[in-house]
Amino acid sequence: MAAVIPAAGQSAPARRRGGLARFARRKSTIAFLMALPLILLIGALVVYPALYSVHLATLNKSMEHFVGLGNFEFLFKRDLFWMVVQQSVIFAVTAVLFKALIGFCVAHFVHNVPAKGQRKWRGMLLIPWVIPPAMSTLAWFWLFDPSYSAFNWVFVRMGLPSITWLGDPYWARFSVILVNVWYGAPFFLIMYLAALKSVPEQLYEAAAIDGASWWQKIWYVTLPMMRNIISITVLFSLIVTFANFDIVRILTSGGPIDQTHIFATWAFKLGIEGNDIPLGASVSLFMFPILAIAAYFILRDINRRGNEA
Amino acid sequence: MAASIVSGQVPLQKTKPGSMKKDRRRALYWSYFFLILFVVFFLTPPIYMLITSLKSSAEIGAITNPWFVYKPTLENYAALLGSAQYLTFFKNSAIVSVVVVIITMLISVPAAFALARMKFWGSTALGMGVFLTYLIPETLLFIPLFKIFAFVQDTLGIEMMNHYWVLMVIYPTLTVPFCTWIMIGYFASIPKELDEAALIDGAGYLQMLTKIFIPVALPGIIAATIFAFTVSWADFLYPMAFTTSADQLVLPAGIVTILIRGDVYAWGQIMAACLLGALPPLLIYAFLMDYYIAGLTAGATKG
Repeated sequence: MAAVIPAAGQSAPARRRGGLARFARRKSTIAFLMALPLILLIGALVVYPALYSVHLATLNKSMEHFVGLGNFEFLFKRDLFWMVVQQSVIFAVTAVLFKALIGFCVAHFVHNVPAKGQRKWRGMLLIPWVIPPAMSTLAWFWLFDPSYSAFNWVFVRMGLPSITWLGDPYWARFSVILVNVWYGAPFFLIMYLAALKSVPEQLYEAAAIDGASWWQKIWYVTLPMMRNIISITVLFSLIVTFANFDIVRILTSGGPIDQTHIFATWAFKLGIEGNDIPLGASVSLFMFPILAIAAYFILRDINRRGNEA
Repeated sequence: MAASIVSGQVPLQKTKPGSMKKDRRRALYWSYFFLILFVVFFLTPPIYMLITSLKSSAEIGAITNPWFVYKPTLENYAALLGSAQYLTFFKNSAIVSVVVVIITMLISVPAAFALARMKFWGSTALGMGVFLTYLIPETLLFIPLFKIFAFVQDTLGIEMMNHYWVLMVIYPTLTVPFCTWIMIGYFASIPKELDEAALIDGAGYLQMLTKIFIPVALPGIIAATIFAFTVSWADFLYPMAFTTSADQLVLPAGIVTILIRGDVYAWGQIMAACLLGALPPLLIYAFLMDYYIAGLTAGATKG
């Protein structure tokens, strides 16, 4: 149907303008129709619920009348809320930092070995990312088991004290971060490996001729060339880690004494299990501004570097 | 090539001949050393899963070396494959994931085509909007969705809570934005001359999409399919929030809520369940590793 129009435009130059206008109109209509399911999906199941959650956050527990900022006032007065804020930030920042560091180092190690063997190493190193996190976290849970912990078995054999991995607040915090780093580091590894491969070899040659040490090569060649990918992966990972649910939920369910709760698990506990949907919505809403600020800074940075280049 | 230039240059300066080569060899050995270290760290949990899954309850209960299987047995796997409950979880997961992949592709491929090739009013804004949906994580959406589902149930009489088909409706929100993003990248890399040739030959836009873009961008479509499948196979929060009864659970939620009964000695079976549950994504990864990685890296290399 649309095919007829360009043909007509070609054979009759006089009608070209009218035909083209109609053609353009049709083209944009078709394009809009093609994108319509996407628009509807995002509108109905992402944007609308997000706005609705703002509305929910202003209602009282039974959702009958409007309390304005009452839920937030209530939260601000609770110590547990500030602890959750603190724990979420510590959890996300530490985990992302270590994921990025480990990913960066291991990417270099893989890049160093002969190209023939790289596939094999990469194949093994990406496995934590492939296993569904709910299932791999259960394996960690079993490794951390209070009486049957396989780690403690090794520690005791080595003459070290055994550790109450999930029972002690500080070790529990350490454990949830450890599992998150384990799960997320391979993603950084893959990204950085792809980025390393795209750095032109000539730059290293030039640096070597100028007498640069390996550290100077990383600082003045590798890092500037990878800056955009580092920013993007850190942004993505920060969003995902900040909003993490599976790992904390399965390992500790927020315990001991609520010390490892992050926004998502606490919101789940209050909203779904505690049946206080407005309060849960208020808690989960705190994720958005923090994520938006992080995204703003990182994307601005990318744009600025992009314009300089 | 780099090595030859460098080692030709260096001896003239200060270091002894051959030291560059020695340095490289030493760097290589250190790389292997650390790689082995990290492989051990990365593979400990899955290997421990396998070890535990091969043990009988009696062996787990007896305090022996947890890292070694003295009497390997497949009884845990046999018990799981004979249990209607576990097979139900598996079936639910499979149905949900396959349907979500189909829905995702039907939505994101045409949308990506429209966004990459046919400008229309608001198309740039929409492209940005797709990207920005990442800022609204599922952990922010599950509470309002919970309320919305309850509301739909009350007004329209469609029972949405505690049915696994609800997951087919909401999982696309997790998969569609990223798949659209991947496909925009692949479509944008197809030369414009191909569209013009198709238009001159009298093809419509739908034909252009199905006859040219989809075949040419097939690697991208495979990568996006793998991504959509693994995401919907692995999601844990939505099934935890929206399904509760045993016959409606998918694998991750099913293993966590039903199989764990506070019984220490059931861990052999739980680990076997996790390993079997992780098998489909692992198999896809093993056989289609390049597509898997292409899908992962496609999003970032464009930025």
